[in-house]
Amino acid sequence: MIFTARHAIGGPARGQALVAHDGFSARYDLDRIRGVFSRPSHKLAGQSYVGKVLVLDTAKGGVATAWMLHEMASRGVVPLAIVLNSVNPILAQGAAFGGVTLLAGFDGDITAQVPHGATVEIDPARRTLRVC
Amino acid sequence: MRLNDLERAMLAGELGAAAKAAIEHQVKVGEFFGAADFVPVTQAHIMADTESLGEAGVRWVESLGAQGGRVRVPTITDPRGTDFAKAGVLKHPAWIVDLERRTVDAFKTLGVLMTDTCINYQTIQAPARGERVAFGDTGVVIYANSVCGARSNYEGGPSAVAAGLTGRTPRYGFHLDEHRRATLKVQVSFQPKTLNDWGALGGLIGRLAGNYWAVPYVEGLERVPGSDELKHFGAAMASFGSIALFHLAGITPEAADSPLKVSHRIGEGDVKALQAAYAGEDEIDVVVFSAPQLSLYELRSLAALCDGRRFARPLLAVTSPQVKPDADRLGLTKRIEDAGGHVLSGMCFYQSYAREIAEANGWKRLATNSVKLVNILGGYGYVPLLASMERCVQAAESGRLPR
Repeated sequence: MIFTARHAIGGPARGQALVAHDGFSARYDLDRIRGVFSRPSHKLAGQSYVGKVLVLDTAKGGVATAWMLHEMASRGVVPLAIVLNSVNPILAQGAAFGGVTLLAGFDGDITAQVPHGATVEIDPARRTLRVC
Repeated sequence: MRLNDLERAMLAGELGAAAKAAIEHQVKVGEFFGAADFVPVTQAHIMADTESLGEAGVRWVESLGAQGGRVRVPTITDPRGTDFAKAGVLKHPAWIVDLERRTVDAFKTLGVLMTDTCINYQTIQAPARGERVAFGDTGVVIYANSVCGARSNYEGGPSAVAAGLTGRTPRYGFHLDEHRRATLKVQVSFQPKTLNDWGALGGLIGRLAGNYWAVPYVEGLERVPGSDELKHFGAAMASFGSIALFHLAGITPEAADSPLKVSHRIGEGDVKALQAAYAGEDEIDVVVFSAPQLSLYELRSLAALCDGRRFARPLLAVTSPQVKPDADRLGLTKRIEDAGGHVLSGMCFYQSYAREIAEANGWKRLATNSVKLVNILGGYGYVPLLASMERCVQAAESGRLPR
């Protein structure tokens, strides 16, 4: 299965997908020291995001993610890539600044099409996500 | 992206390494969103608390100054991660204070004005209708776009720094007419009274609208809200939905008649349900008024509620460095602190190492009238409780939220 996004930034990535139809904000949702989702109401609460491809619905919350991806990357406690149905400028700015691969904007709900736990391959130059 | 001569010179490094790094970042973001070119901005506003920047972000800002970077337009800052005068009250350790000081020095080197406020539209300079700005706090952006009719995207810290250094931003999102039109119509039958009602209504609309590109058009409000009410309404909407622009029928400047059919209705039951989601505990550890920072009028209301009380729990009221001297001069700070509260300045609770101060002070159950704050603090390990300012003050005195 190959999905094509409308927007892409960053380098190629291959890893395990964590999938939920929830939003994403580094400040609201993550314990960035322990590297886990910490917002109690988030479907991925308690799970480690380090080195994972996060497949989620949309960017939520405030502007802090624009700094935080860079800070998380500096400590190696960062997702491998982020894949969203819709993106806000903060995620794009944060991915550009932090060097995190980002894909956004698909035909259909990407969180309903990528199986949780699957290995996926992302090619930002082609704006594609492939389920291996 | 189409670049003019100045922008090409920046990209070529002719205006220095910092301007080059800034415009390279902006081109990446602009191309991601398909921006045709840049628009000049009149001011930039940087969200830059050190919990977000970390050591790595601080080093980056320092490097820009070392490379000779200087801002080209007035550039101001969002709240800091501490109040230097009250770091002891919060039990902020020395490393936090030191990192904050380094950040302040680094921004000063760039020529940034350390205003440390998320209510700059009340205290520094509200933008005019159509004015293009690069604002970096969701509450500031939604207020500037919706209430002032100015034009800004969410400019996260690195992008707002870049906009200050280049004096421009990529033309995408809310700089374009087509993204400023309403995308959903909400009929409201509930008339908010308290600030927390306004926040709850804003939060509900934000949750319904759901993402950055949604622009709610709201009908049914029976009176024109004041600036503090719109502040809480917008900040909560932005927090719950990542929303950057709303229109209020007959009230906000770009609320032209919308041909959309009503897609959502919100009544009293919906607002009460959101408020009830942040109820359930009686005992509290701390009361916080913050997010956004309090205006002089909010501090006036708070001081009146504090008169004659003696608090059993810490009560923190957070305002801007512009409002604080007036609150001091007018005796409001003294009235709040005589009851045992603290008036803090230049920070915001959730941007000030909320997890570390919870652990240092043993704070878990936190009462506030800010819907934005209750939405954020769950992820930091708090049990956030929402109540009116009056009930929060009563809770500070008795240690329990009154039913």
